[in-house]
Amino acid sequence: MDPKINEIAASISEIVKKLNGSTLYSQLKRAAQKEVEKPTASLATLKTDVVEALKTSGWDRLLRNKIFAYLSSCQASLDQSLPFECQKEPLMYMRKAQANWERRILKSMNSMCTELSIPLARKRPPEEQRALLHKWNEMGTEEPDLSHFRPVYAPKDFLEVIISLRNPNYCGLLGPEVDEKPSGGHWGLIQVPLEIPKLKDLQNQFSEFAHGHGHAGVDDNLDVPSEAFQNERNKIAKKVLDEKRSVLAQYFCRNGCPSGHRAEIWQLALGVTVNHLDVLKYEQLKGYVLQHDLLVDSLIYKDVKLTAVNDDYYFVFEDYLYQVLLVFSRDTSVLNHFAQSSAMPPKSFIRAQKEPSGTSAEQESSLTEAIPVFDVDKLTSPNQSNFNYTLIKSKPTFPPHLGICDDEGKLGQDEYAVVYPPNGVIPFHGFSMYATPLCYLYAEPVGLYYIFRQFYTRYFHRLHAISSHPQGIVSLCLLFETTLQSLHPRLCRHLQEIGCQPLKIAFKWLVRAFAGYLATEQLLLLWDRVIGYGNLLLLPILAVAIFLFRQSNLFLITSASGVEASLADITTLHVVPLIQLVLFPT
Amino acid sequence: MSTKMKFATDLEKSVLINNFEKRGWTQVSADEDWNFYWTNVNTTRSIFSLENGYRLSDDQIINHFPNHYELTRKDLMVKNIKRFRKELDKESHPLAEKDENGRYVHLDSIPVTFLLPADYNLFVEEFRKNPSSTWIMKPCGKARGIGIFLINKLSQIKKWSRDSRSSSFVAPAAKDAYVISRYIDNPLLIGGKKFDLRMYVLVTSYRPLKCYMYRLGFCRFCTVKYTQSTNELDNMFVHLTNVSIQKHGEEYNPVHGGKWTISNLRLYLEGTRGKQVTDKLFDEINWLTVMSLKAVSSTMANDRHCFEVYGYDIIIDDKLKPWLIEVGF
Repeated sequence: MDPKINEIAASISEIVKKLNGSTLYSQLKRAAQKEVEKPTASLATLKTDVVEALKTSGWDRLLRNKIFAYLSSCQASLDQSLPFECQKEPLMYMRKAQANWERRILKSMNSMCTELSIPLARKRPPEEQRALLHKWNEMGTEEPDLSHFRPVYAPKDFLEVIISLRNPNYCGLLGPEVDEKPSGGHWGLIQVPLEIPKLKDLQNQFSEFAHGHGHAGVDDNLDVPSEAFQNERNKIAKKVLDEKRSVLAQYFCRNGCPSGHRAEIWQLALGVTVNHLDVLKYEQLKGYVLQHDLLVDSLIYKDVKLTAVNDDYYFVFEDYLYQVLLVFSRDTSVLNHFAQSSAMPPKSFIRAQKEPSGTSAEQESSLTEAIPVFDVDKLTSPNQSNFNYTLIKSKPTFPPHLGICDDEGKLGQDEYAVVYPPNGVIPFHGFSMYATPLCYLYAEPVGLYYIFRQFYTRYFHRLHAISSHPQGIVSLCLLFETTLQSLHPRLCRHLQEIGCQPLKIAFKWLVRAFAGYLATEQLLLLWDRVIGYGNLLLLPILAVAIFLFRQSNLFLITSASGVEASLADITTLHVVPLIQLVLFPT
Repeated sequence: MSTKMKFATDLEKSVLINNFEKRGWTQVSADEDWNFYWTNVNTTRSIFSLENGYRLSDDQIINHFPNHYELTRKDLMVKNIKRFRKELDKESHPLAEKDENGRYVHLDSIPVTFLLPADYNLFVEEFRKNPSSTWIMKPCGKARGIGIFLINKLSQIKKWSRDSRSSSFVAPAAKDAYVISRYIDNPLLIGGKKFDLRMYVLVTSYRPLKCYMYRLGFCRFCTVKYTQSTNELDNMFVHLTNVSIQKHGEEYNPVHGGKWTISNLRLYLEGTRGKQVTDKLFDEINWLTVMSLKAVSSTMANDRHCFEVYGYDIIIDDKLKPWLIEVGF
């Protein structure tokens, strides 16, 4: 039998399972019941009538969009026969490297806790909760002393780790010793053999960039303002929005969205809807932020202050960023994305309090603090909803120990393990830049929150986890180096000779998906295509294009720092023509 | 042109000097033969004063009109605009069209404003129609947010007039006059913060009117969250966007100074509100500028040796209507 069929069957059953418990399922059921209750319903044609009615009333589209969203969020249907960790990441050395990296992050967090003697989490006293609620819309004015905090890691620390990756099973033609040296056939910093697309594959995949296709970002930008193109795109955008079909919206994004319709098109393409339940959920998460003060809050705060607040484009949105990122850290539904990722959410253990005598079950049950907990046992199956809530002690809630077992009390036992932070994501230096560009599209924190969450769980989480995934940062780095070398070996050689590794410059662009480096308008045009093609491959392509575009300048430079300086400001670049330059040079 | 341009200036600002020198101009002193003089308003006034008797020759230009204050003084701007509207009204010009509430459809570009003390009675009448409204008091001859305060009760203005009268027994001089305007209490907020626009307009001639809008205007942001609460009426950080005021706020960021480019604003508005309404807003801003220049064009001394760079302060409300607040340099 065709193995494809098995795969399809598996993903259908997976989707059906997912749908079963969803809100949409009960909504559909209710709508179907209403149809049945109609006096005109006839038994003979009941089935076709109900299906027809669901189609005409628009439920059919919602269902399609939901399925489309599921399919895009779990791209390859996983082989169920493999152990779970292999489904997450098939290569053992990648798994190990990621685990080591996670351990390093945790260690660094732990030592920060110890140094500053602050807990990972503490319950806020009621007055403080009220004060924070009052300040919720202007958290930027609060100026706590964060001078002792430092980002847990910066992109360049992460790059060091990626550079040091080696495949233990791999041996170059000339033997392992020779391969260690970059002067061997492999000139770049990335030393692991991963399959990456060739230029031909990229040209096929991104065929819309070929000349003859109209593009927002080029054709609306001519010296002679091309009203006709804009009007046409606006007209199509409206049609796409009227159709309410995610797949159309996604396809539309490939040629760039007109700025006036981008917000809605993105929501439709990514399957993000914001109804009253979502607003309630946001409020609930906000409640969690008010209840507990987490160490990551300070890290987020510090990061926003270090990045967005000093940015000409984004400083205006400081307060919104807190309202999005703090809430994000409490959102356990973000944990679902770990099933698709090589990363594991960090865990913390609850220290058993020395209770006064007479403590027992009733005391336990009087504990009031609910904090979302990741249930480790169930992690082995990605299909179930893995998460539930557990009661946790309120007093000095977590000890400053992350993921490291302790011999005291119940530490180290899985049942006392909690994911920390609740969404499992530890922010690094520049993390808040994933959210800032979205502030140009969504004027309300709630709408902003859900689109950001979708962007992160679908795409951006791959940019800071070590994996062999084709969208993972390692593959993207390799694609960058290989493409640059194959397109312009002379430039690569020149850079090498002056001691400059292009990846050292491009890496920060890649990790942030260019947020904070390009002008906002250009960034949005780039992210249009990320959505449109459902992948991140254009990031390294653009990075290559920037080097090619600036080549005449680069050839004149004789030092690595000079190269760095000449590429420090890329806000004047136009992304679409640059990408075309690489994919379809004239 | 074989001869070099000679410029003089009495403002030793690097932004000016650098730009002149970049063009290969040479600096001369004001007493020498200059082609281009960038002066402050007092120098211009004395150059054009009758006693001085200075005559500008064909190859000389200067950066102010002799009676520039027709637009830049808060009270005169209001007077001129009101007069302009009345004139159009009289000739039943289509631009003077009014809606059912008696408001101008096309000319309603400044908040309702009165001169104090002259129009005190008119103001009281207007205030009583909307007793809970907030008004903003500004001294006519001062800039950079000096002497500005908000009121929302008549008693506050009575107290103010008592206080200012008791200090001196002479009638208030023109420079002690105030304008009082309906406060725009529904400003458009971005990221929860209030801002105003600074747009630069170059006028090279009033008759016929020739003006140019500078593309790189900017938004100036308050550093503190905007609140309508009347408790905060005294907190000027909430209400005034002047950089000279905001600089003293604790939150002032020296990297960008709370300034955001107009192109950012446009991108944000197109993204969050749509293209059409954004285009309409910017059209209205252009129209409002032209209208204000038209309003003074008949009174301006249209000296062909003069040009002027005006700074327009504009506030946008939450319905995306622009309001002209004042014109400065």
